[in-house]
Amino acid sequence: MKRFIGFVKKEFYHIFRDKRSLFILFGMPIAQILLFGFAITNEINNVDIAILDHSKDVTTQEIIHKISASNYFSIHQFLEKESDIESVFKKGKVKAVLNFEKDFSKNLIKENHSTIQVITDATDPNTANTISNYVNAILQSYLKEQNKNSKTPYQIIPQTHMVYNPELKSVYMFVPGVMTIILMLVSAMMTSISITREKELGTMEILLVSPLKPFQVIIGKVFPYIFLSIINAVIIIVLSIFIFKMPVQGSLFLLGVESVIFIITSLALGILISTISATQQTAMMISLMGLMLPVILLSGFIFPVSSMPVPLQVISNIIPAKWFIIIVKGIMLKGVGLQFIWKETLILLGMTVFFIGLSIKKYKIRLE
Amino acid sequence: MSINLEHISKSYGKIEALKDISFKVHPGELFGLIGPDGAGKTTLFRILTTLLIADEGKANVTGFDVVKDYKNIRKSVGYMPGKFSLYQDLTVEENLTFFATIFGTTIEENYELIKEIYVQIEPFKKRRAGKLSGGMKQKLALCCALIHKPKVLFLDEPTTGVDPVSRKEFWEMLKRLQQKGITILVSTPYMDEAALCDRIALIQGGEILEIDTPINIVKHYPKAIYNIGSKDMYELLQKLKGFENTYTMYPFGEFVHYTDKRDDFNPNELQQYLEENGLKEITIEKTKATIEDTFMELAK
Repeated sequence: MKRFIGFVKKEFYHIFRDKRSLFILFGMPIAQILLFGFAITNEINNVDIAILDHSKDVTTQEIIHKISASNYFSIHQFLEKESDIESVFKKGKVKAVLNFEKDFSKNLIKENHSTIQVITDATDPNTANTISNYVNAILQSYLKEQNKNSKTPYQIIPQTHMVYNPELKSVYMFVPGVMTIILMLVSAMMTSISITREKELGTMEILLVSPLKPFQVIIGKVFPYIFLSIINAVIIIVLSIFIFKMPVQGSLFLLGVESVIFIITSLALGILISTISATQQTAMMISLMGLMLPVILLSGFIFPVSSMPVPLQVISNIIPAKWFIIIVKGIMLKGVGLQFIWKETLILLGMTVFFIGLSIKKYKIRLE
Repeated sequence: MSINLEHISKSYGKIEALKDISFKVHPGELFGLIGPDGAGKTTLFRILTTLLIADEGKANVTGFDVVKDYKNIRKSVGYMPGKFSLYQDLTVEENLTFFATIFGTTIEENYELIKEIYVQIEPFKKRRAGKLSGGMKQKLALCCALIHKPKVLFLDEPTTGVDPVSRKEFWEMLKRLQQKGITILVSTPYMDEAALCDRIALIQGGEILEIDTPINIVKHYPKAIYNIGSKDMYELLQKLKGFENTYTMYPFGEFVHYTDKRDDFNPNELQQYLEENGLKEITIEKTKATIEDTFMELAK
């Protein structure tokens, strides 16, 4: 036990005396969560649009008013002629142009329909899509208001109800993802680097020629990072609750326990990486390329797993992050208990045991 | 036997690092492995400290087999690798405490053993190990290797890159440790240090050239050696190279160590030859062979 404490003490000296790793440990989580929370978002707010109104009658005025009254759009400019559309897009400020046909009101009353052209700048396809959907929705609701009294014989009215994230805040989607990335990165990358550093500096040689057993070295290396990762998890949860008003519907305790399980999974991965890499650089490259990319691309953090091609869906199953994201979303947004996520928890535990077993088997008791 | 090697061979791919090495080190002996870089010294140390497995042959350290009983060896030997391998971001004191702890002991418990060395670095005990001078680093590394009172001490080139004064001090310490009953296997590329060992093994290209006491090794030198001095060293070397009876000649400090092909060599003849070739202030004196001379002769 004394040996263990001595070893852990030494590890903390390493961590606290290395300004760079301290910065990565605590600067990165905060920077990432703020970045994803504020800057990277799928929502649209106050998008600049331009209007080309050929009829300038009561109906178009009402529609324009309704659109500008919403928070989604702000009218940047009124255009005079068709040729202005292209030039206003080229300037880049305006993301969409609404083009009302001539005699808009007259056509609507006489022929029962009139046209409005919605032109969007699709250099950013997601935003373009969202804009055209929002405009459509505003037009529909305008029509509904107008037709209150007239009777149409058949009508299907969909009543959409978005559960768990009714305001469709993208930060709700990012927080579980960012938490996963950070825990994964801090735990796996930092441990693999700290173990390979001993190899690179030659101190591993002395540790090997000592009575320390392999598992004592590994546990001693890993323990400080469990502790630091838990602090990180707490920072992320606190930030998301207080800055982004993210709800935690389920039990905080369960969230904590699941986080610790995931931290241990990542640490086991880190140990495994350190057994196959000889230098700190290799360890870092493997952690970044082998862990970060799959976590971002395949875990369902940004792109939903269900819309991936089948081979990728199959691959996504072996990524621990996928299961942890399901768990975190379940607990934070849906408020589910263990009875709904026991399967994912078991998968994570299984992976952990597998990685630890593999890395103990691969851990070298000699130099080659 | 403290250390016993039988027919040890080891290759890295096609390169043979050690070829059929056998020798014994007695308990309490200060045994030196003398050889240039790349002779296989480090590989030999790593096999004996259980870090590498030999391709062929058997080896014992304090009676334990280096492959089967590696755990017992790791408990009872002290190892100082050739590359400085302490934690540079830890202070002198923290390094020492750490190594004491992982061997299950404390600084106080074995302070007697390291006292003489430690007092020299104690004024710097709050300094990070990475900021120490070369000699200080080696003293600290020796303290760390000694802190658990090992039976056998393995020192791989402990004085490489250390200034002459610190080198001398370091060897004095080894002598004192030896008197406390610790068996020491030390390697060095410096021939002058070889004379301080009880016995030495001359090693080159993975092969042992000779094993004996330093005195005996020098005694076996077959020829008479002459110190030749002159004002112009470069010219002297050139002219000696051109002399038909030159057997060997190596620059050695301010002189050239010269041996002649003939047994009945007359120094006056050489003096005459050199003078004729325009060299000035020529001195020729008979001298004793050194370990370096022997090594050069054997390594031919």
